[in-house]
Amino acid sequence: MVKFFVRRISFAALVLLLISIFVFSLSRASGDPRNVYLDEYATDEMYEAWGVKLGLDKPLYIQYLTWLGDVVRADFGESLYHNRPPYDLIKERLPATISLAAIAFCWALLVGIPLGVLSAVKRGTFADYFARGFALLGQAMPVFWVALMAILIFAVELGWLPTSRRGGLNSYIMPALCLGWLPAAALLRITRGSMLEILDGEFIKLARAKGVSPTVVIWKHAFRNALIAPVTLAAIIIASFLTGTVVIEAVFAWPGLGGLSIDAIKNNDFPMMAAIILMFGVFYLLANMLVDLLYMVLDPRVRVE
Amino acid sequence: MAKTDKLPRRDYFAPLEKGWYYFRKYPIIPVSVFFLLVFVAVFAPMLAPFDPAQGSIRTRHIPPIWLEGGSAQHFFGTDSLGRDMLSRVMYGARIALMVAVSVLFAGGILGTIIGMFAGYLGGLVDEIAMRTVDLLLAMPFLLVALTVVIVFGQSLTQMIILLILFSWDNFARVVRAESLRIRNDAYVDAARVAGASDIRIVFRHILPGVFGVVLIVASLRVGQLILIEATLSFLGAGLPKSVPAWGVMVADGQDWITTAWWVAAVPGFMIFVVVMSFNFLGDWLRDYFDPRLRQRA
Repeated sequence: MVKFFVRRISFAALVLLLISIFVFSLSRASGDPRNVYLDEYATDEMYEAWGVKLGLDKPLYIQYLTWLGDVVRADFGESLYHNRPPYDLIKERLPATISLAAIAFCWALLVGIPLGVLSAVKRGTFADYFARGFALLGQAMPVFWVALMAILIFAVELGWLPTSRRGGLNSYIMPALCLGWLPAAALLRITRGSMLEILDGEFIKLARAKGVSPTVVIWKHAFRNALIAPVTLAAIIIASFLTGTVVIEAVFAWPGLGGLSIDAIKNNDFPMMAAIILMFGVFYLLANMLVDLLYMVLDPRVRVE
Repeated sequence: MAKTDKLPRRDYFAPLEKGWYYFRKYPIIPVSVFFLLVFVAVFAPMLAPFDPAQGSIRTRHIPPIWLEGGSAQHFFGTDSLGRDMLSRVMYGARIALMVAVSVLFAGGILGTIIGMFAGYLGGLVDEIAMRTVDLLLAMPFLLVALTVVIVFGQSLTQMIILLILFSWDNFARVVRAESLRIRNDAYVDAARVAGASDIRIVFRHILPGVFGVVLIVASLRVGQLILIEATLSFLGAGLPKSVPAWGVMVADGQDWITTAWWVAAVPGFMIFVVVMSFNFLGDWLRDYFDPRLRQRA
């Protein structure tokens, strides 16, 4: 088990290193990096000053290592658009994104997994068709479009909810529901699939034959075993939130990290984007490791291997 | 069941029942949507009533035909620059299909070749290929795409290349698993004993065996690809503003959601219908031809 985690952690480190090389080479691939950092109004002196600051007179690997050294100490230089260190900006915007993602995650879990179980247990009934329809819609509708249509219906036409921006609890309803729909759909489908497979097993038949009540069979015998697949999916879901929040925050003018990255794209703010991509990379790998841990708790077979 | 079980009854509804049976058994609607999409995409220049890029201030924000104030000339209405939405949606089908087909084709070939060699040769090749797949899965694709766009700007080819780089992994994994199975079949051993080279075995003996799986994975991926392309374009990180892609069109309509909602609603609905059909079709193909893939693809 220790060996397994050493492997995982070194792999995660490798991934981060590759992402950093990728980001760094992008900043150099477009030619002179000063073209990314400076605009056409820059004077010759500014050019020289930036050349020294970025260490352009040194070989490329030294430049990379210097940059990496700064990055490890959370020093990403300065955002070109906000004129502030990206790290401070990220710290400021993080709560808005995390709270939104957390609510969306909860709703995806609370809807996806129970509906998946229901749809498997009541296979072929109305409940099953309803659940599968819910999943099909969630997987086929573009998130940004659902969000816009929700704004149109619930904010513009009916006036029940605020159109955008972060405010009280009711400002969370639409963004969180839109963000969580796709993950809920994915969870539903995978829970349904694994429940169906497990309910077909011999030990379920035995439990039923013994006269165990259906509730206990479903939740104690089947559900516990069926839970492994959805849990692995959770890592992918957390990763998908990285994409999802960018889109949702763009539509709802949400003051989080997604909004920050959209600003960065619109203003060619490279240092900001580099900081965001590296930070998301760390998040993503942490989420993956957490799932590996959970996996061990849930599935004793993994512990032995 | 013995014949005597059933009393003869008058089957007034037999044709209908038969129709319903085929309707449930075969994906009729998704296939029709698919053919309609291909037809519109191929013949867009002939079918489109107007130039998708040409608008006039006088035709600005005309509602779709079924709304009050709609005009028979513009079925889906017009956008903020007075361009005909129907024509734009038709050209959008062209772009969606072009991106999806080229990415699947290139990504499919790349992934299949890598997967076959990884599965057949095993060892170091396998290890490197599979670790690369893991690496790709660990990369936040959207952010990578956004960063690339910051540095290089937007273009169609660049987006297609990016999507290819991030879509071969699925093929590689499934093909590898298939190749691992086929590798131990007697006919592969026979070929090896007969002195066939590794390359010949992979392309002549393993490729035909994995081909079906590749097609199924491709059909399962189409919908996702169209969604990703639309999302990137919506965020301004995919196709340039000048291209009438569906995602770009929804982004255009975002600013007019209160006054001219159809500008965002119509192209988004198209994405939804097409992706839904492809998802249906992919699931059906998988269940029909290779239910084992349920676990993996």
